Amino acid sequence: MAARVAQQLVKFIVLIFAVSVVAFFLVSISPIDPVQANVGQVAYLNMSEAKRAQLAEYWGVGTPLWERYGHWLGSALQGDLGLSLRYNAPVTDVIAVRFANSAALMLVAWVISGVLGFALGIVAAAFKDRWPDRLIKGYCFLLASTPTFWLALVFLIVFAVWLGWFPLGFSVPIGVAPGDVTLLDSLHHLALPALTLSVVGVANIALHTREKAIDVLQSDALRFARARGQSTAGALLHHGLRNLALPALTLQFASISEIFGGSVLVEQVFSYPGLGQAAVTAGLGGDVALLVGITILSAAFVFGGNLLANVLYGVIDPRIRRAERKENHA
Amino acid sequence: MQRKPSEIAPYNLPTTDALGHPEMSSAAAAQPPRNHSLIEHSSTQEHHHHAHTPASRHAGGHHLLQVEGLNIGFTLYESSRRQGDDRQSAAAGKGDDGLGQSAGAGRAQHVGQDSKAGQAPFFAAQAFLRARQNLVPVIHDLHVSVHAGEIVAIVGASGSGKTLLADAIMGMFEPNATVKGRIWFDGEEQDARSLAQLRGNGISLVPQSINHLDPLMKVGKQVQGFAKKAPIAGKMRENRAKRLPMREQDLSAPGHSQSLSGRGTRKERVRKQQELFARYGLTPKVAQQYPFELSGGMARRVLLCCALMDNPRVIIADEPTPGLDLELARLALADFRDFANAGGGVLLITHDIELALQVADRVAVFNDGTVVEETAVAHFASPVTLKHPFSRALWHALPEHDFAVCEAVDKSALLPFDGDAPC
Amino acid sequence: MPDLAASRPAHSAHSVHRGTDLLPILHAPRARLLNNRRQTVVVLVVALLLLAAVVLTGRLLDGAAQQTDFTAKNLAPSLQHLFGTDWMGRDMLARSLAGLSTSVLVGLLAAGTSAVLALLLGTAAALGGKKADTAITWLIDLMMGIPHIVLLILISFAIGRGFWGVTIGVALTHWPNLARLIRAEILQCKESSFVAVARKLGRSPVRIALDHLLPYVFPQLLVGLVLLFPHAILHEAAITFLGFGLPPEQPAIGIILSESMSYLSAGMWWLALFPGLALIATVFLFDRAGSNLRTLIDPHRSQE
Repeated sequence: MAARVAQQLVKFIVLIFAVSVVAFFLVSISPIDPVQANVGQVAYLNMSEAKRAQLAEYWGVGTPLWERYGHWLGSALQGDLGLSLRYNAPVTDVIAVRFANSAALMLVAWVISGVLGFALGIVAAAFKDRWPDRLIKGYCFLLASTPTFWLALVFLIVFAVWLGWFPLGFSVPIGVAPGDVTLLDSLHHLALPALTLSVVGVANIALHTREKAIDVLQSDALRFARARGQSTAGALLHHGLRNLALPALTLQFASISEIFGGSVLVEQVFSYPGLGQAAVTAGLGGDVALLVGITILSAAFVFGGNLLANVLYGVIDPRIRRAERKENHA
Repeated sequence: MQRKPSEIAPYNLPTTDALGHPEMSSAAAAQPPRNHSLIEHSSTQEHHHHAHTPASRHAGGHHLLQVEGLNIGFTLYESSRRQGDDRQSAAAGKGDDGLGQSAGAGRAQHVGQDSKAGQAPFFAAQAFLRARQNLVPVIHDLHVSVHAGEIVAIVGASGSGKTLLADAIMGMFEPNATVKGRIWFDGEEQDARSLAQLRGNGISLVPQSINHLDPLMKVGKQVQGFAKKAPIAGKMRENRAKRLPMREQDLSAPGHSQSLSGRGTRKERVRKQQELFARYGLTPKVAQQYPFELSGGMARRVLLCCALMDNPRVIIADEPTPGLDLELARLALADFRDFANAGGGVLLITHDIELALQVADRVAVFNDGTVVEETAVAHFASPVTLKHPFSRALWHALPEHDFAVCEAVDKSALLPFDGDAPC
Repeated sequence: MPDLAASRPAHSAHSVHRGTDLLPILHAPRARLLNNRRQTVVVLVVALLLLAAVVLTGRLLDGAAQQTDFTAKNLAPSLQHLFGTDWMGRDMLARSLAGLSTSVLVGLLAAGTSAVLALLLGTAAALGGKKADTAITWLIDLMMGIPHIVLLILISFAIGRGFWGVTIGVALTHWPNLARLIRAEILQCKESSFVAVARKLGRSPVRIALDHLLPYVFPQLLVGLVLLFPHAILHEAAITFLGFGLPPEQPAIGIILSESMSYLSAGMWWLALFPGLALIATVFLFDRAGSNLRTLIDPHRSQE
């Protein structure tokens, strides 16, 4: 077990390292002049040559890519990801604040979409080709073709503009001091973005679980369970769930990437101050340090999810668990 | 099926024809034995269109399990090959190994390949998309019956569709299958619904291998099974209750103690499982193990215990011995013998004629999608007593005989086959 | 003892299909109006017709989409303006169609490029030896590790916005899944006995690749391509919506929806609803067509 985890950890670190190289390379070849982008065109034109040169040096315009990367990596390893120009604060601070907001949103959406999607997939498989299955399938196919941001817009129109049940955006009421914000306020603002993200996330996991469940129903074990008199649904519940939970869990961990992507769009629509919004701001505003920071964090998030899934696999499957126990005894 | 009560009366049957012979003439029915269930069948006596053995009993005046005129076909796309090849591909579909479990599985690849062979891709794709769906027969006009107290072996080549027969009796059908025919259980004709209700509630399956157990659940719990709703619909339960007095003479029959409502409480199931494990020499430790930790012999006994948990009256054993060495296979079959001797019926599906001859009372020879001959084991003593060319070919193929398969077939094919020899 | 059997119909190998019509039916396949293959043809034809219609009308309406009419601004949907008009009096139906045709073009180019990339890299991984395999597998892991949207933002940042920027970005982000699939297919094919036989027969590697490997992966590639297309459109719309894709002056669904945000609180719901629905219809049809095709080449489901 320990060896497996260690192996996964090494892979994790190498991948994060690779991501940082890719991200750094991509922002470096950008045609956007970092100096101009960060001080603004007017200010740039009014600037003295000496000041420009100073800024250019700060942005490392003259130095080669690898040298700059080495420099960045050196400080990054000490926990310094640079300064965010847009937010005028260390990247780590910006990310920490934003991450808390996004994490709440993504966690809610991840859990709801996972549980709901799994349940719907099982129900669809148990009623294959009958009306519950058709209903669920239709819903999922439609959802899979729906742009997340469009659904967010529709929810915004219906629930916020027409019905007025939820606020139009942001994570806290406008004009309220941070200290006065109650948990209820936060939840109220979180609800609509989280709902959007959950509803979209259901499609993938439900369809996948349905396919797997139909396969499992065809398996010898489930056929035998049915031959012993269990109903299709009963056989799935008693013998299918554990077999299905593994791939579903893996998929749900793998879908962190999509939920993260979805959250970028949803946060943009609801003006929700999370990581996604920060990424968009950084991208549009040429905030290189923040963009690289967010890229690495999102990748760490995704790889971390996969790593967790791999470790959980070993915990749930008795074949792996007992085999490892034997190895340890030997 | 319209029949006057007077004709049925001797068989003591309320609703259906005891032996399920719709075409039985009134002349034959007019003089049946006073109580058929008490008749002792002399060795290899032949009536009901099949040979009997002393073990074969018509408990309650009918067969325990009877299949009549079973036809199974699959709706498959016609191959996109050229027209001339159609017959050939239909035949290939019939004998395909994949049909045993899920019809059509594994065939797509070659359908896909078809479109690449030779033709221009466009026309191949067009032919592929336009292909019609046809009914490809796999089992046709199959008859077989199991009496109380006997083991009937269905012997045929691997992958010839024998498992489909087991599936049909268990009421488990592939979505693209068309299944026609009559199946009687304990004298009552069944439909798809009632067959499904008989699963684990009169008819139990002993599957081929340990792969049929849930790999992620401990063995003990799996053998115990799970509570289920009272599976016998009200009407059936009534019928059973009515028939009970009739079966009193047959108390030794397995299943007589079965409660009429489901499987009993969890406690009862645990106790029953422990009893069965003790009887079959499985230690309590086995119950705590996962299927992948069992040895071949243990696995076989566990699978049998699964079936016996439900107090079945008929056990269908689908190739229960492959992978076991000869000694274990004999032991396995001895367990089935015990079950049959206690009054149950066993339908043993196997490709191993030698094994079948050792343990079974009667053998149903399965060839080309149907049972060509249903005969007593004793008839396999000599090819003369076998009627169908294929059965004789099987006899010749036995190792202790001459192995002269081809020659035997050639010769016997010349002999006219008389399907209806008098008894 | 009376012979019960004598009166019973003979059952023998020769009495095939006698009177099966009289037997009760225990099970029959579900009746369907169209079988899967016909259904696929129908969906494909409808999808392609829609595609042609969108591209044609989009090109024709390009002028109408830009035309402003300040006497008819902010109109809710009516018979004259089926999708309503915006704050500059532009007809939203024309704008949506023009936008959709741009999206379709980006989607086609990106999906095509992506599929070619997937084929090349998947093949290289499967046939290029251990080192190439490791490198490409790592690259795939890497690409799948960064969320698509973040990667798209990065790429858009790196190569600039606009039509080509977004097309290249979408093309570069969508190949890993298909590449992985193709790699697996080719590896399986390479191990198969018919390739081994061909090799023993002395066929050249090129011939084997053309005669055996290519036909083997072609169905997967085709289905992958059809399924990539709707995904590419969705991601193009998303990245444009965020402001990284097509420029604001170009009519695109992402731009339309992004601009509509400012008018939603004013109750102009039609600005967002209809363009989105038009996009969904396109994506849905191609997604269905792709999934249907995949069913046809799936050995477990091909007989449906």
